[in-house]
Amino acid sequence: MKRVYLDHIAATPLDPGVAEAMRPFLAGRFGNPQSLHADGQEALETIEDARARVAALIGAAESEVIFTSSGSEANNFAVKGLALARRDKGCHLVLSAIEHQSVLHSAKSLEKSGFSSTLVAVDKDGLVDPEEVRKAIRKDTVLVSVMLANSEVGTVEPVAEIGKVCRAAGVPLHTDAVAAAGSIPVNVGALGVDALSLAGDQFYGPKGSAALFIRKGVRILPFIDGGIQEGGRRGGTENVMGIVGLGKAADIAGQKLGERAQAMTALRDKLIEELPRRVGHVVLTGHREKRLPHHVSFCVEFVEGESMLLNLDMKGIATSSGSACTSRALKASHVLLAMGLDHALAQGSLVFSLVDGTTAADIDYVLEVFPPIVERLRQMSPLYTQFLEDNRK
Amino acid sequence: MIYSDKVMDHFQNPRNVGVIKDADGMGQVGNPVCGDMMTFYIKVKDERLEDIKFQTFGCGAAIAVSSMVSEMAKGKTIDEAMKITNATVAESLDGLPKNKLHCSNLGADALHAAIEDYRKKQAAARGEAAEGTVAKDQCYCPYCEGPLEGAEEFCDHCQIEFEDCPHCGNLAKKGAEKCPACGADLSQP
Repeated sequence: MKRVYLDHIAATPLDPGVAEAMRPFLAGRFGNPQSLHADGQEALETIEDARARVAALIGAAESEVIFTSSGSEANNFAVKGLALARRDKGCHLVLSAIEHQSVLHSAKSLEKSGFSSTLVAVDKDGLVDPEEVRKAIRKDTVLVSVMLANSEVGTVEPVAEIGKVCRAAGVPLHTDAVAAAGSIPVNVGALGVDALSLAGDQFYGPKGSAALFIRKGVRILPFIDGGIQEGGRRGGTENVMGIVGLGKAADIAGQKLGERAQAMTALRDKLIEELPRRVGHVVLTGHREKRLPHHVSFCVEFVEGESMLLNLDMKGIATSSGSACTSRALKASHVLLAMGLDHALAQGSLVFSLVDGTTAADIDYVLEVFPPIVERLRQMSPLYTQFLEDNRK
Repeated sequence: MIYSDKVMDHFQNPRNVGVIKDADGMGQVGNPVCGDMMTFYIKVKDERLEDIKFQTFGCGAAIAVSSMVSEMAKGKTIDEAMKITNATVAESLDGLPKNKLHCSNLGADALHAAIEDYRKKQAAARGEAAEGTVAKDQCYCPYCEGPLEGAEEFCDHCQIEFEDCPHCGNLAKKGAEKCPACGADLSQP
Protein backbone atom coordinates (compact mmCIF):
# COMPACT_ATOMS: atom_id res chain seq x y z
CA MET A 1 0.00 0.00 0.00
CA LYS A 2 0.99 3.57 -0.64
CA ARG A 3 2.65 5.08 2.45
CA VAL A 4 2.51 8.80 3.08
CA TYR A 5 4.73 9.73 5.99
CA LEU A 6 3.58 12.96 7.66
CA ASP A 7 5.13 12.59 11.11
CA HIS A 8 8.23 14.78 10.92
CA ILE A 9 7.80 15.74 14.58
CA ALA A 10 8.33 12.10 15.60
CA ALA A 11 11.24 11.33 13.26
CA THR A 12 12.59 12.35 9.87
CA PRO A 13 13.93 9.86 7.32
CA LEU A 14 17.72 9.58 7.17
CA ASP A 15 19.14 11.64 4.31
CA PRO A 16 20.99 9.32 1.89
CA GLY A 17 24.05 11.59 2.14
CA VAL A 18 23.99 11.18 5.93
CA ALA A 19 23.71 7.41 5.65
CA GLU A 20 26.68 7.43 3.26
CA ALA A 21 28.78 9.47 5.70
CA MET A 22 27.94 7.11 8.55
CA ARG A 23 28.56 3.84 6.71
CA PRO A 24 32.35 3.59 7.25
CA PHE A 25 31.74 3.71 11.02
CA LEU A 26 29.42 0.72 10.91
CA ALA A 27 32.19 -1.44 9.49
CA GLY A 28 35.87 -0.64 9.62
CA ARG A 29 36.34 2.63 11.43
CA PHE A 30 35.81 1.97 15.09
CA GLY A 31 38.52 3.94 16.91
CA ASN A 32 37.87 5.65 20.23
CA PRO A 33 38.44 9.41 19.89
CA GLN A 34 40.27 9.46 23.21
CA SER A 35 42.93 6.95 22.08
CA LEU A 36 46.34 8.34 21.22
CA HIS A 37 47.03 5.96 18.34
CA ALA A 38 46.18 6.61 14.72
CA ASP A 39 42.78 4.87 14.86
CA GLY A 40 41.78 7.05 17.79
CA GLN A 41 43.13 10.26 16.35
CA GLU A 42 41.28 9.67 13.11
CA ALA A 43 38.03 9.30 15.07
CA LEU A 44 38.81 12.45 17.03
CA GLU A 45 39.34 14.42 13.85
CA THR A 46 36.05 13.10 12.53
CA ILE A 47 34.00 14.24 15.52
CA GLU A 48 35.75 17.61 15.64
CA ASP A 49 34.90 18.06 11.98
CA ALA A 50 31.25 17.24 12.80
CA ARG A 51 31.37 19.71 15.69
CA ALA A 52 32.44 22.45 13.30
CA ARG A 53 29.54 21.62 10.98
CA VAL A 54 26.96 21.70 13.80
CA ALA A 55 28.45 24.97 15.07
CA ALA A 56 28.21 26.45 11.58
CA LEU A 57 24.51 25.58 11.31
CA ILE A 58 23.69 27.73 14.35
CA GLY A 59 26.38 30.40 14.10
CA ALA A 60 28.31 29.15 17.14
CA ALA A 61 32.00 28.51 17.81
CA GLU A 62 33.12 24.87 17.73
CA SER A 63 34.06 24.93 21.40
CA GLU A 64 30.50 25.93 22.28
CA VAL A 65 28.95 22.67 21.03
CA ILE A 66 28.56 19.62 23.29
CA PHE A 67 27.26 16.38 21.81
CA THR A 68 24.47 14.58 23.66
CA SER A 69 22.38 11.47 23.05
CA SER A 70 19.04 13.19 22.48
CA GLY A 71 17.20 16.48 22.56
CA SER A 72 15.77 15.46 25.91
CA GLU A 73 19.27 14.97 27.29
CA ALA A 74 20.33 18.37 25.96
CA ASN A 75 17.30 19.95 27.66
CA ASN A 76 17.98 18.15 30.95
CA PHE A 77 21.62 19.16 30.73
CA ALA A 78 20.78 22.82 30.09
CA VAL A 79 18.04 23.27 32.67
CA LYS A 80 19.70 21.34 35.50
CA GLY A 81 23.29 22.25 34.65
CA LEU A 82 22.64 25.99 34.31
CA ALA A 83 20.33 26.24 37.32
CA LEU A 84 22.57 24.28 39.67
CA ALA A 85 25.64 26.26 38.59
CA ARG A 86 23.83 29.42 39.80
CA ARG A 87 22.54 28.03 43.05
CA ASP A 88 24.34 30.72 45.05
CA LYS A 89 22.46 33.44 43.11
CA GLY A 90 18.99 32.03 43.63
CA CYS A 91 16.72 29.13 42.87
CA HIS A 92 13.93 30.37 40.65
CA LEU A 93 13.26 29.40 37.02
CA VAL A 94 11.03 30.93 34.38
CA LEU A 95 9.63 28.59 31.72
CA SER A 96 6.87 28.80 29.18
CA ALA A 97 3.80 26.68 29.90
CA ILE A 98 4.21 24.81 26.60
CA GLU A 99 7.78 23.58 27.01
CA HIS A 100 8.62 19.99 26.17
CA GLN A 101 8.30 17.51 29.05
CA SER A 102 12.09 17.20 29.19
CA VAL A 103 12.25 20.88 30.21
CA LEU A 104 9.17 20.88 32.45
CA HIS A 105 10.14 17.67 34.21
CA SER A 106 13.73 18.84 34.67
CA ALA A 107 12.36 21.90 36.47
CA LYS A 108 10.09 19.64 38.49
CA SER A 109 13.05 17.50 39.44
CA LEU A 110 14.91 20.63 40.58
CA GLU A 111 12.01 21.43 42.91
CA LYS A 112 13.25 18.57 45.08
CA SER A 113 16.45 20.55 45.64
CA GLY A 114 14.61 23.70 46.61
CA PHE A 115 14.05 25.36 43.24
CA SER A 116 10.72 26.78 42.19
CA SER A 117 9.49 27.82 38.77
CA THR A 118 7.05 30.23 37.18
CA LEU A 119 5.25 29.08 34.06
CA VAL A 120 4.59 31.89 31.61
CA ALA A 121 1.18 31.56 29.96
CA VAL A 122 0.75 31.56 26.17
CA ASP A 123 -1.98 33.13 24.04
CA LYS A 124 -4.51 31.22 21.95
CA ASP A 125 -1.93 30.76 19.17
CA GLY A 126 0.64 29.38 21.59
CA LEU A 127 2.76 32.53 21.53
CA VAL A 128 4.80 33.61 24.55
CA ASP A 129 4.71 37.36 25.24
CA PRO A 130 8.27 38.62 25.99
CA GLU A 131 6.74 41.20 28.31
CA GLU A 132 5.23 38.38 30.40
CA VAL A 133 8.68 36.80 30.63
CA ARG A 134 10.07 40.12 31.86
CA LYS A 135 7.37 40.29 34.53
CA ALA A 136 8.03 36.72 35.66
CA ILE A 137 11.76 37.29 36.19
CA ARG A 138 12.62 37.88 39.87
CA LYS A 139 15.81 38.87 41.65
CA ASP A 140 16.51 35.21 42.39
CA THR A 141 15.75 33.94 38.86
CA VAL A 142 18.72 31.97 37.59
CA LEU A 143 17.41 30.66 34.27
CA VAL A 144 14.78 31.35 31.62
CA SER A 145 13.88 28.57 29.18
CA VAL A 146 11.56 29.21 26.24
CA MET A 147 11.41 26.93 23.23
CA LEU A 148 12.12 28.19 19.72
CA ALA A 149 9.25 26.24 18.16
CA ASN A 150 6.60 23.95 19.54
CA SER A 151 6.33 20.54 17.92
CA GLU A 152 2.65 20.02 18.73
CA VAL A 153 1.27 23.26 17.30
CA GLY A 154 4.17 24.50 15.16
CA THR A 155 4.26 28.00 16.63
CA VAL A 156 7.64 29.76 16.42
CA GLU A 157 8.31 31.84 19.54
CA PRO A 158 9.82 35.36 19.64
CA VAL A 159 13.03 34.09 21.23
CA ALA A 160 15.18 36.99 19.97
CA GLU A 161 12.97 39.45 21.85
CA ILE A 162 12.98 37.24 24.93
CA GLY A 163 16.76 37.19 24.57
CA LYS A 164 16.83 40.98 24.90
CA VAL A 165 14.65 40.81 28.00
CA CYS A 166 16.94 38.24 29.59
CA ARG A 167 20.11 40.13 28.75
CA ALA A 168 18.67 43.29 30.29
CA ALA A 169 17.83 41.31 33.42
CA GLY A 170 21.18 39.51 33.47
CA VAL A 171 19.57 36.06 33.44
CA PRO A 172 20.79 33.28 31.12
CA LEU A 173 18.36 32.08 28.45
CA HIS A 174 18.07 28.54 27.18
CA THR A 175 15.99 27.68 24.14
CA ASP A 176 14.84 24.23 23.18
CA ALA A 177 15.34 24.38 19.42
CA VAL A 178 14.85 20.65 18.85
CA ALA A 179 11.75 21.17 16.68
CA ALA A 180 13.24 24.18 14.89
CA ALA A 181 16.95 23.67 14.23
CA GLY A 182 17.61 22.40 10.73
CA SER A 183 14.12 23.44 9.60
CA ILE A 184 14.29 27.22 10.02
CA PRO A 185 17.36 29.49 10.17
CA VAL A 186 18.82 29.47 13.68
CA ASN A 187 21.58 31.80 14.82
CA VAL A 188 22.58 31.85 18.47
CA GLY A 189 23.92 35.38 18.14
CA ALA A 190 20.76 36.80 16.60
CA LEU A 191 18.62 34.95 19.14
CA GLY A 192 20.75 36.14 22.03
CA VAL A 193 20.57 32.79 23.78
CA ASP A 194 23.12 31.34 26.19
CA ALA A 195 22.14 27.74 25.55
CA LEU A 196 20.31 25.92 22.78
CA SER A 197 19.28 22.29 22.29
CA LEU A 198 19.01 20.59 18.91
CA ALA A 199 18.55 17.03 17.68
CA GLY A 200 19.66 15.35 14.45
CA ASP A 201 16.56 13.18 14.06
CA GLN A 202 14.54 16.35 13.42
CA PHE A 203 16.54 17.24 10.32
CA TYR A 204 17.26 13.98 8.50
CA GLY A 205 20.07 12.86 10.79
CA PRO A 206 20.18 9.69 12.92
CA LYS A 207 18.39 9.13 16.22
CA GLY A 208 20.65 9.29 19.26
CA SER A 209 22.50 12.31 17.88
CA ALA A 210 21.91 15.70 19.44
CA ALA A 211 23.79 18.67 20.80
CA LEU A 212 23.72 21.44 23.34
CA PHE A 213 25.15 24.86 22.56
CA ILE A 214 26.59 26.62 25.60
CA ARG A 215 27.84 30.14 25.09
CA LYS A 216 31.53 30.60 25.95
CA GLY A 217 31.93 31.86 29.48
CA VAL A 218 28.52 30.63 30.68
CA ARG A 219 28.90 28.28 33.64
CA ILE A 220 27.21 24.90 33.50
CA LEU A 221 27.64 21.85 35.70
CA PRO A 222 28.78 18.61 34.03
CA PHE A 223 25.89 16.32 33.15
CA ILE A 224 27.61 12.95 33.10
CA ASP A 225 30.54 12.64 35.47
CA GLY A 226 33.28 10.64 33.87
CA GLY A 227 36.24 11.22 31.62
CA ILE A 228 37.41 14.23 29.73
CA GLN A 229 35.07 13.82 26.79
CA GLU A 230 33.20 16.96 25.71
CA GLY A 231 35.48 19.16 27.76
CA GLY A 232 34.77 17.15 30.90
CA ARG A 233 31.13 18.20 30.86
CA ARG A 234 29.66 15.03 29.46
CA GLY A 235 31.59 11.84 30.10
CA GLY A 236 31.19 8.64 28.11
CA THR A 237 32.74 7.37 24.91
CA GLU A 238 31.47 9.45 22.02
CA ASN A 239 28.81 8.07 19.69
CA VAL A 240 31.13 8.58 16.74
CA MET A 241 28.82 7.26 14.05
CA GLY A 242 25.87 9.30 15.35
CA ILE A 243 28.00 12.43 15.64
CA VAL A 244 29.25 11.99 12.08
CA GLY A 245 25.63 11.68 10.96
CA LEU A 246 24.62 14.76 12.91
CA GLY A 247 27.48 16.75 11.37
CA LYS A 248 26.56 15.68 7.85
CA ALA A 249 22.86 16.40 8.48
CA ALA A 250 23.78 19.88 9.77
CA ASP A 251 25.88 20.43 6.68
CA ILE A 252 23.06 19.43 4.33
CA ALA A 253 20.51 21.43 6.31
CA GLY A 254 22.73 24.48 6.01
CA GLN A 255 22.71 24.13 2.24
CA LYS A 256 19.16 22.94 1.63
CA LEU A 257 17.16 24.50 4.47
CA GLY A 258 15.79 27.37 2.39
CA GLU A 259 14.86 25.16 -0.55
CA ARG A 260 13.26 22.52 1.68
CA ALA A 261 11.30 25.12 3.63
CA GLN A 262 10.02 26.79 0.49
CA ALA A 263 8.72 23.54 -0.99
CA MET A 264 7.12 22.44 2.28
CA THR A 265 5.57 25.83 3.06
CA ALA A 266 3.61 25.71 -0.20
CA LEU A 267 2.27 22.23 0.59
CA ARG A 268 1.67 23.15 4.24
CA ASP A 269 -0.41 26.15 3.21
CA LYS A 270 -2.40 24.07 0.77
CA LEU A 271 -3.34 21.60 3.51
CA ILE A 272 -4.13 24.39 5.99
CA GLU A 273 -6.37 26.16 3.46
CA GLU A 274 -8.01 23.19 1.85
CA LEU A 275 -8.73 20.80 4.73
CA PRO A 276 -11.25 23.05 6.53
CA ARG A 277 -13.07 23.45 3.21
CA ARG A 278 -13.58 19.72 3.03
CA VAL A 279 -14.19 18.97 6.71
CA GLY A 280 -16.42 21.22 8.82
CA HIS A 281 -15.70 22.15 12.42
CA VAL A 282 -11.93 21.94 12.38
CA VAL A 283 -9.72 24.46 14.14
CA LEU A 284 -6.12 25.21 13.17
CA THR A 285 -3.93 25.06 16.27
CA GLY A 286 -0.86 27.27 16.57
CA HIS A 287 -0.08 30.52 14.81
CA ARG A 288 -1.10 30.75 11.15
CA GLU A 289 2.04 32.60 9.96
CA LYS A 290 4.61 32.22 12.72
CA ARG A 291 4.87 28.47 12.33
CA LEU A 292 7.30 25.77 11.22
CA PRO A 293 7.37 25.31 7.42
CA HIS A 294 6.49 21.63 7.69
CA HIS A 295 3.81 21.87 10.36
CA VAL A 296 0.04 21.51 10.05
CA SER A 297 -2.00 20.90 13.19
CA PHE A 298 -5.74 20.82 13.68
CA CYS A 299 -8.26 19.99 16.32
CA VAL A 300 -11.22 18.21 14.77
CA GLU A 301 -14.41 18.68 16.74
CA PHE A 302 -16.51 15.75 18.03
CA VAL A 303 -13.85 13.15 17.16
CA GLU A 304 -10.96 11.74 19.17
CA GLY A 305 -7.40 11.89 17.83
CA GLU A 306 -6.28 8.29 18.20
CA SER A 307 -9.25 6.95 16.27
CA MET A 308 -8.43 9.35 13.41
CA LEU A 309 -4.74 8.43 13.58
CA LEU A 310 -5.46 4.68 13.38
CA ASN A 311 -7.88 5.15 10.49
CA LEU A 312 -5.34 7.27 8.61
CA ASP A 313 -2.65 4.68 9.28
CA MET A 314 -4.86 2.01 7.73
CA LYS A 315 -4.94 4.21 4.63
CA GLY A 316 -1.15 4.43 4.72
CA ILE A 317 -0.86 7.89 6.25
CA ALA A 318 1.37 8.38 9.34
CA THR A 319 0.42 11.26 11.69
CA SER A 320 0.58 12.27 15.37
CA SER A 321 -2.00 13.33 17.91
CA GLY A 322 -1.89 15.11 21.25
CA SER A 323 -5.13 13.53 22.47
CA ALA A 324 -5.25 12.02 25.96
CA CYS A 325 -5.95 8.57 24.54
CA THR A 326 -2.84 8.71 22.39
CA SER A 327 -0.54 9.51 25.26
CA ARG A 328 0.41 6.61 27.46
CA ALA A 329 -0.47 8.65 30.51
CA LEU A 330 -3.96 9.36 29.13
CA LYS A 331 -3.61 13.07 29.77
CA ALA A 332 -4.67 15.69 27.26
CA SER A 333 -1.80 17.71 25.79
CA HIS A 334 -0.59 20.38 28.23
CA VAL A 335 0.20 22.54 25.20
CA LEU A 336 -3.35 22.57 23.86
CA LEU A 337 -4.83 23.14 27.33
CA ALA A 338 -2.37 26.00 27.96
CA MET A 339 -3.63 27.59 24.73
CA GLY A 340 -7.11 27.61 26.23
CA LEU A 341 -8.66 24.75 24.26
CA ASP A 342 -11.25 22.77 26.17
CA HIS A 343 -10.71 19.08 26.82
CA ALA A 344 -13.15 17.86 24.19
CA LEU A 345 -11.52 19.91 21.45
CA ALA A 346 -8.00 18.99 22.60
CA GLN A 347 -9.02 15.33 22.27
CA GLY A 348 -9.46 15.87 18.54
CA SER A 349 -5.84 16.88 18.01
CA LEU A 350 -4.11 15.74 14.84
CA VAL A 351 -0.70 16.79 13.49
CA PHE A 352 0.38 16.41 9.88
CA SER A 353 4.08 17.25 9.69
CA LEU A 354 5.68 17.19 6.26
CA VAL A 355 9.10 15.83 5.40
CA ASP A 356 11.54 16.54 2.60
CA GLY A 357 10.08 14.70 -0.37
CA THR A 358 6.40 15.12 0.54
CA THR A 359 4.60 15.76 -2.74
CA ALA A 360 1.50 17.63 -3.84
CA ALA A 361 0.02 14.21 -4.64
CA ASP A 362 0.55 13.17 -1.01
CA ILE A 363 -1.39 16.20 0.19
CA ASP A 364 -4.15 15.50 -2.33
CA TYR A 365 -4.32 11.93 -1.03
CA VAL A 366 -4.80 13.20 2.55
CA LEU A 367 -7.49 15.60 1.38
CA GLU A 368 -9.26 12.74 -0.37
CA VAL A 369 -8.99 10.14 2.39
CA PHE A 370 -9.47 12.27 5.49
CA PRO A 371 -13.03 13.67 5.11
CA PRO A 372 -14.78 10.26 4.96
CA ILE A 373 -12.80 9.10 8.02
CA VAL A 374 -14.01 12.08 10.03
CA GLU A 375 -17.54 11.65 8.72
CA ARG A 376 -17.62 8.00 9.74
CA LEU A 377 -16.26 8.70 13.23
CA ARG A 378 -18.70 11.58 13.70
CA GLN A 379 -21.57 9.28 12.82
CA MET A 380 -20.66 7.23 15.87
CA SER A 381 -19.87 10.19 18.13
CA PRO A 382 -22.38 11.08 20.87
CA LEU A 383 -20.89 14.58 20.95
CA TYR A 384 -21.76 15.10 17.29
CA THR A 385 -25.30 13.77 17.77
CA GLN A 386 -25.70 16.17 20.67
CA PHE A 387 -24.36 19.04 18.57
CA LEU A 388 -26.83 18.31 15.77
CA GLU A 389 -29.70 18.13 18.27
CA ASP A 390 -28.69 21.41 19.92
CA ASN A 391 -28.55 23.03 16.49
CA ARG A 392 -32.02 21.84 15.63
CA LYS A 393 -33.45 23.52 18.72
CA MET B 1 0.38 -2.88 16.70
CA ILE B 2 -0.73 -1.96 20.19
CA TYR B 3 -4.12 -3.65 19.71
CA SER B 4 -5.15 -7.27 19.11
CA ASP B 5 -6.67 -8.30 15.76
CA LYS B 6 -10.04 -8.56 17.47
CA VAL B 7 -9.84 -4.99 18.78
CA MET B 8 -8.87 -3.75 15.32
CA ASP B 9 -11.74 -5.72 13.75
CA HIS B 10 -14.30 -4.16 16.11
CA PHE B 11 -12.68 -0.75 15.69
CA GLN B 12 -12.85 -0.93 11.90
CA ASN B 13 -16.25 -2.59 11.70
CA PRO B 14 -18.07 -1.61 14.87
CA ARG B 15 -21.33 -3.52 15.39
CA ASN B 16 -24.56 -1.81 16.46
CA VAL B 17 -23.52 1.81 16.00
CA GLY B 18 -26.36 4.30 16.17
CA VAL B 19 -29.19 5.82 18.14
CA ILE B 20 -32.54 4.28 19.09
CA LYS B 21 -35.02 7.14 19.01
CA ASP B 22 -37.69 5.42 21.14
CA ALA B 23 -35.24 3.57 23.40
CA ASP B 24 -36.54 1.90 26.57
CA GLY B 25 -33.32 2.83 28.34
CA MET B 26 -30.39 5.15 27.72
CA GLY B 27 -27.08 5.30 29.57
CA GLN B 28 -24.17 7.68 29.18
CA VAL B 29 -20.80 7.43 30.90
CA GLY B 30 -17.47 9.22 30.74
CA ASN B 31 -16.73 12.65 29.38
CA PRO B 32 -14.04 14.17 27.20
CA VAL B 33 -12.02 15.23 30.26
CA CYS B 34 -11.40 11.58 31.12
CA GLY B 35 -10.87 10.76 27.46
CA ASP B 36 -13.84 8.73 26.35
CA MET B 37 -17.59 9.06 26.31
CA MET B 38 -20.13 6.37 25.51
CA THR B 39 -23.90 6.38 25.05
CA PHE B 40 -25.89 3.13 24.99
CA TYR B 41 -29.51 2.74 23.90
CA ILE B 42 -31.55 -0.41 24.58
CA LYS B 43 -34.89 -1.84 23.47
CA VAL B 44 -36.28 -4.38 25.92
CA LYS B 45 -38.91 -7.04 25.24
CA ASP B 46 -39.89 -9.66 27.84
CA GLU B 47 -36.86 -8.68 29.94
CA ARG B 48 -34.59 -9.40 26.97
CA LEU B 49 -32.31 -6.90 25.20
CA GLU B 50 -34.00 -6.99 21.84
CA ASP B 51 -31.87 -4.23 20.35
CA ILE B 52 -28.79 -2.27 21.38
CA LYS B 53 -27.18 0.72 19.74
CA PHE B 54 -24.26 2.82 20.90
CA GLN B 55 -22.30 5.93 20.12
CA THR B 56 -18.74 6.44 21.31
CA PHE B 57 -16.33 9.36 21.36
CA GLY B 58 -12.93 7.91 22.04
CA CYS B 59 -9.87 5.95 21.04
CA GLY B 60 -9.66 2.69 19.14
CA ALA B 61 -10.06 0.67 22.34
CA ALA B 62 -13.12 2.62 23.44
CA ILE B 63 -14.86 2.04 20.10
CA ALA B 64 -13.94 -1.66 20.06
CA VAL B 65 -15.08 -2.10 23.68
CA SER B 66 -18.47 -0.50 22.97
CA SER B 67 -18.94 -2.68 19.92
CA MET B 68 -17.99 -5.83 21.84
CA VAL B 69 -20.28 -5.01 24.76
CA SER B 70 -23.20 -4.45 22.40
CA GLU B 71 -22.54 -7.76 20.69
CA MET B 72 -22.16 -9.65 23.96
CA ALA B 73 -25.38 -8.23 25.40
CA LYS B 74 -27.70 -8.33 22.41
CA GLY B 75 -30.39 -11.00 22.83
CA LYS B 76 -29.42 -11.65 26.44
CA THR B 77 -31.79 -11.20 29.37
CA ILE B 78 -31.30 -8.12 31.48
CA ASP B 79 -29.94 -10.21 34.34
CA GLU B 80 -27.42 -11.87 32.05
CA ALA B 81 -26.37 -8.51 30.64
CA MET B 82 -25.80 -7.13 34.12
CA LYS B 83 -23.24 -9.90 34.63
CA ILE B 84 -21.03 -8.62 31.78
CA THR B 85 -17.96 -7.20 33.45
CA ASN B 86 -14.99 -5.17 32.38
CA ALA B 87 -12.85 -8.26 32.67
CA THR B 88 -15.04 -10.37 30.37
CA VAL B 89 -15.16 -7.57 27.80
CA ALA B 90 -11.38 -7.19 27.75
CA GLU B 91 -11.01 -10.97 27.59
CA SER B 92 -13.40 -11.25 24.64
CA LEU B 93 -11.25 -8.72 22.81
CA ASP B 94 -8.13 -10.85 23.39
CA GLY B 95 -6.89 -8.29 25.88
CA LEU B 96 -6.32 -4.55 25.93
CA PRO B 97 -3.16 -2.55 26.58
CA LYS B 98 -2.83 -1.95 30.33
CA ASN B 99 -3.36 1.79 30.09
CA LYS B 100 -6.55 1.27 28.08
CA LEU B 101 -8.25 -1.01 30.58
CA HIS B 102 -10.37 1.87 31.84
CA CYS B 103 -12.07 1.98 28.42
CA SER B 104 -13.47 -1.50 29.01
CA ASN B 105 -14.62 -0.24 32.35
CA LEU B 106 -16.76 2.33 30.59
CA GLY B 107 -18.33 -0.09 28.11
CA ALA B 108 -19.98 -2.33 30.70
CA ASP B 109 -20.83 0.72 32.83
CA ALA B 110 -22.64 2.39 29.94
CA LEU B 111 -24.68 -0.72 29.22
CA HIS B 112 -25.54 -1.13 32.90
CA ALA B 113 -26.49 2.55 33.10
CA ALA B 114 -28.91 2.03 30.20
CA ILE B 115 -30.43 -0.98 31.98
CA GLU B 116 -30.77 1.01 35.22
CA ASP B 117 -32.45 3.79 33.27
CA TYR B 118 -34.88 1.23 31.85
CA ARG B 119 -35.63 -0.17 35.32
CA LYS B 120 -36.15 3.32 36.66
CA LYS B 121 -38.64 4.08 33.91
CA GLN B 122 -40.44 0.79 34.55
CA ALA B 123 -40.66 1.58 38.24
CA ALA B 124 -41.90 5.09 37.52
CA ALA B 125 -44.56 3.66 35.19
CA ARG B 126 -45.71 1.41 38.02
CA GLY B 127 -45.80 4.43 40.30
CA GLU B 128 -42.94 3.24 42.50
CA ALA B 129 -40.17 5.49 43.72
CA ALA B 130 -37.20 5.26 41.45
CA GLU B 131 -34.03 3.80 42.85
CA GLY B 132 -31.21 6.25 42.83
CA THR B 133 -28.61 5.71 40.18
CA VAL B 134 -25.21 7.21 40.01
CA ALA B 135 -24.71 9.48 37.04
CA LYS B 136 -21.24 8.63 35.83
CA ASP B 137 -20.57 11.69 33.77
CA GLN B 138 -17.22 12.66 35.18
CA CYS B 139 -13.92 11.30 36.52
CA TYR B 140 -13.97 9.57 39.87
CA CYS B 141 -11.39 9.07 42.58
CA PRO B 142 -10.23 5.43 42.41
CA TYR B 143 -10.26 5.25 46.23
CA CYS B 144 -13.42 6.95 47.49
CA GLU B 145 -15.23 7.14 44.13
CA GLY B 146 -15.90 10.82 44.81
CA PRO B 147 -16.18 12.99 41.70
CA LEU B 148 -13.00 14.77 40.60
CA GLU B 149 -12.91 18.29 39.26
CA GLY B 150 -10.99 18.82 36.01
CA ALA B 151 -7.39 18.68 37.14
CA GLU B 152 -6.96 15.22 38.54
CA GLU B 153 -4.13 15.76 40.98
CA PHE B 154 -6.03 15.78 44.23
CA CYS B 155 -9.25 14.27 45.59
CA ASP B 156 -11.15 16.83 47.68
CA HIS B 157 -13.24 14.12 49.28
CA CYS B 158 -10.68 11.76 50.74
CA GLN B 159 -7.80 14.26 50.62
CA ILE B 160 -5.54 12.06 48.56
CA GLU B 161 -2.87 13.40 46.27
CA PHE B 162 -2.46 11.46 43.04
CA GLU B 163 0.30 10.66 40.69
CA ASP B 164 0.14 8.77 37.42
CA CYS B 165 0.90 5.08 37.55
CA PRO B 166 3.97 4.69 35.29
CA HIS B 167 2.61 1.35 34.06
CA CYS B 168 -0.97 2.13 33.08
CA GLY B 169 -1.27 5.91 33.39
CA ASN B 170 -4.25 5.75 35.71
CA LEU B 171 -4.47 7.65 38.97
CA ALA B 172 -2.71 6.17 41.97
CA LYS B 173 -2.21 7.59 45.44
CA LYS B 174 1.11 9.36 45.80
CA GLY B 175 3.50 6.92 47.47
CA ALA B 176 1.10 3.98 47.10
CA GLU B 177 2.66 0.53 46.88
CA LYS B 178 0.16 -0.81 44.38
CA CYS B 179 -1.70 0.80 41.50
CA PRO B 180 -5.47 0.48 42.12
CA ALA B 181 -6.14 0.17 38.37
CA CYS B 182 -3.56 -2.29 37.05
CA GLY B 183 -2.16 -3.67 40.29
CA ALA B 184 1.43 -2.84 39.36
CA ASP B 185 3.99 -2.75 42.16
CA LEU B 186 4.79 0.91 42.76
CA SER B 187 7.02 0.41 45.78
CA GLN B 188 10.15 0.24 43.64
CA PRO B 189 11.16 3.64 42.25
